[in-house]
Amino acid sequence: MAAVMPNPAIPPAAQRLLLSGNEAVARGVWEAGTRVAAAYPGTPATEILESLSRYPDMHAEWSVNEKVSMEVALGASMTGARAFCAMKHVGLNVASDCLMTMTITGAYGGLVIAVADDVGMSSSQNEQDSRFWGRFAHIPVLEPADSQEAYEMTKQAFVLSETYETPVLLRLTTRICHVKGLVTVGEREHHEPAGFIKNPQRWVMVPAHAKARLPALFQRDETLRAVSEVSPLNVLEAGSDRSVGFVTSGPAYMHVKEAFPNAPVLKLGFSYPWPPEKVRALAAMCDKLLVVEETEKLLETEIKAAGIACHGKDVLPSIGELSPQVLTPAVDRLLGKPVPPPLPAAAPAKLFPRPPTLCASCPHMGMYYTLSQIKNLIVTGDIGCYTLGAGHPWNALDTTICMGATMGVALGIDKGRGAVDKNKRILAVIGDSTFMHMGMQGLLDITYNHGNITVLLLDNNTTGMTGGQATPASGKDIHGKEAPKVDLFKIVEALGVPNERIKVVDPYELPVLFKTVREEIKIEGPSVIIARRPCVLIDEFKATRPYLVDDDKCTGCGNCVEVGCPAIHVTRRDKVIKPSGKEVELAFVEIDSQACTGCGLCVQPCAPDAIQHVPRRDIPIHIVKTTSSS
Amino acid sequence: MTSDITNILVCGIGGQGVMTATEILAEAAIAEGHDVKKTEVAGMAQRGGVVTSHLRFGRKVLSPQIEPGTVQVLLGFEGAEALRWSHYLRPDGLALVNTARLVPPVVELGLFEYPDDPTGKMRDAGHRVVAFDAMTIARDLGEIRLGNTVMLGAIADYLPFSPEVLMACIDKRFARKGEKVVDANRQAFAAGREAVAKQMAAAPA
Repeated sequence: MAAVMPNPAIPPAAQRLLLSGNEAVARGVWEAGTRVAAAYPGTPATEILESLSRYPDMHAEWSVNEKVSMEVALGASMTGARAFCAMKHVGLNVASDCLMTMTITGAYGGLVIAVADDVGMSSSQNEQDSRFWGRFAHIPVLEPADSQEAYEMTKQAFVLSETYETPVLLRLTTRICHVKGLVTVGEREHHEPAGFIKNPQRWVMVPAHAKARLPALFQRDETLRAVSEVSPLNVLEAGSDRSVGFVTSGPAYMHVKEAFPNAPVLKLGFSYPWPPEKVRALAAMCDKLLVVEETEKLLETEIKAAGIACHGKDVLPSIGELSPQVLTPAVDRLLGKPVPPPLPAAAPAKLFPRPPTLCASCPHMGMYYTLSQIKNLIVTGDIGCYTLGAGHPWNALDTTICMGATMGVALGIDKGRGAVDKNKRILAVIGDSTFMHMGMQGLLDITYNHGNITVLLLDNNTTGMTGGQATPASGKDIHGKEAPKVDLFKIVEALGVPNERIKVVDPYELPVLFKTVREEIKIEGPSVIIARRPCVLIDEFKATRPYLVDDDKCTGCGNCVEVGCPAIHVTRRDKVIKPSGKEVELAFVEIDSQACTGCGLCVQPCAPDAIQHVPRRDIPIHIVKTTSSS
Repeated sequence: MTSDITNILVCGIGGQGVMTATEILAEAAIAEGHDVKKTEVAGMAQRGGVVTSHLRFGRKVLSPQIEPGTVQVLLGFEGAEALRWSHYLRPDGLALVNTARLVPPVVELGLFEYPDDPTGKMRDAGHRVVAFDAMTIARDLGEIRLGNTVMLGAIADYLPFSPEVLMACIDKRFARKGEKVVDANRQAFAAGREAVAKQMAAAPA
């Protein structure tokens, strides 16, 4: 949906805008005269490319995965064009194969990689500190502390990249990406690519060529350390209270300033290579030195290795976000002050959890309801909205690791299982976007290695979890313009799944789902069930007449509740003793007709036919509008 | 600590319009010449999870996150969610809470209980609370989607600037959609202000 927004007028220069860190990076990329920008959607970085797609005079794309996005950026840089790619932290793991050699070729046109760490894990399978990549790949790391800096450092990163012919890592975190602040913006510069120059010694990374370039890589580290030492991005602020001095970077700087406005602070905007002399200067002016970094003990370890005494993770956590609330007691501990107990009113209320849910009419619900009713399964899962199938009421997923892992993990379970698991059926669940990102190779491995796996390919025509971005199978590009629509059926077939073992089903038709899944899991060899229905949050979804519950007919069986739809609510609970003597809990329900969009999934397991369409005269206005326009 | 900073916490559930409402509040603060930071963590999927939006404004805002015990106004789009975040209120803070009761599937499944009277629990803990039914107010105005503007009306008299500044930002947002929509939002804004004012007059909190 966001991808098809019309191009708004580009806000003119010198204006102060309320921008998220992601929007600020996008503005910086555009102003830097960048020609090519690529990304695969991933929280918290998604909006960078979404925002860039609305700027004119450059190529923006959703790449199929992060590795491809980096390769596209590198290719553009080879022509002398300024180029950019963005990804979440785990995306850089995927792209790292390119990164580790691209650092040897170096950049020609300015080449900037934005990586966004999900510190606090709001929407990721792990927590990672992407600053390590700077060390591993020998590339400089810039760390903005707010939107204005995100915008400025993005532009500076391009200059740094071109000056030292190095890719530059712009390290963001959730509290940069998803914080809005005021940014004063400027004009777009023009950068005409100098042209691709044939130079096999530089661009053809065979051992002899790469070996010849390695000394320059290590020399670049030393050069950049000297640059960092004098960089205006590394600011030493002398404070009046010198009991503790702080070395910090990124959003942690803001927390330090908030909690300790009078303390000396070395703010590292250019955080790798970091400037040893500046750290020594700070250490000399305060009694104790505290390194405040998100998330791991990285600068602290390196500063100690340089022979400078400091504190850090001995008083601060290595997991999750920092905040003034975390810093204040940590510094008290460091100074040996008594830490006051938290105020009683500050204790949060004890309440039910509210995990994210699948939407009303989400096509994944039909599939997970089906899986929850079938016994003797091992179900491997993957990354997307459909990971929620691991939660209540379905509890239908047994594994989730990383993008595309469902296939390899399923095959491994198939090949590794012993007698105890011999009679279990193995299913691998994956979404359409994840399948194209990293799932296709796994399926190829299953077919090639005689895997006995049934794959459920949940095709909702979008990248749902990140807000509905287009994919190669949705027939649209990042701008919402028509693009070649790849045929998932044909891909699956080309990957070696026999034609007769590929079934296309409607996930709203529960009897067909049950029958198809039951049949396919019994058959030896690989099979793929493509469950096809659009995500309810994209334009292709059309709401239909909602349902309601006839109170007189509802017997409280609770079957519909097991579907897991957020529009179904329990109005009354009861208990009855069956003739058999068994006690049965009853749950009488109603449907929120404002939220219901008429998928009919709950109607199918309803034993007494108590779920009926809302009378036409009572249809909510938003439904009438949607159906009449279809 | 920076003392001239106003901390507003807006909370609710994904899909309710929490982030949009906070964005409009931020625009109003900017129009008044404040430095502004706004942040949220919207959880995993699109809908149904907990959403909190932190808005801080003043001369110069540093950390974007609000600390527990420092919120001047808590704008709750849902009863239990207001209770969940009530420990963020300052002792003299004010909670403006939509009494809507949005029960998640984990409660429907009987795995957890929804509190009977979330705003009552907040009052028992010593918080100042004004509770009102924004959805019924919106429905009476003929369009449930006006609930968001009712909520903004509710907070309008508890900001360090005049309600007109906020109203102007709402006007601007809906100007493209025509006069009728702008008028409907003006009515919703007025109704939100009135709902809170009435209760304040009846029982000064």
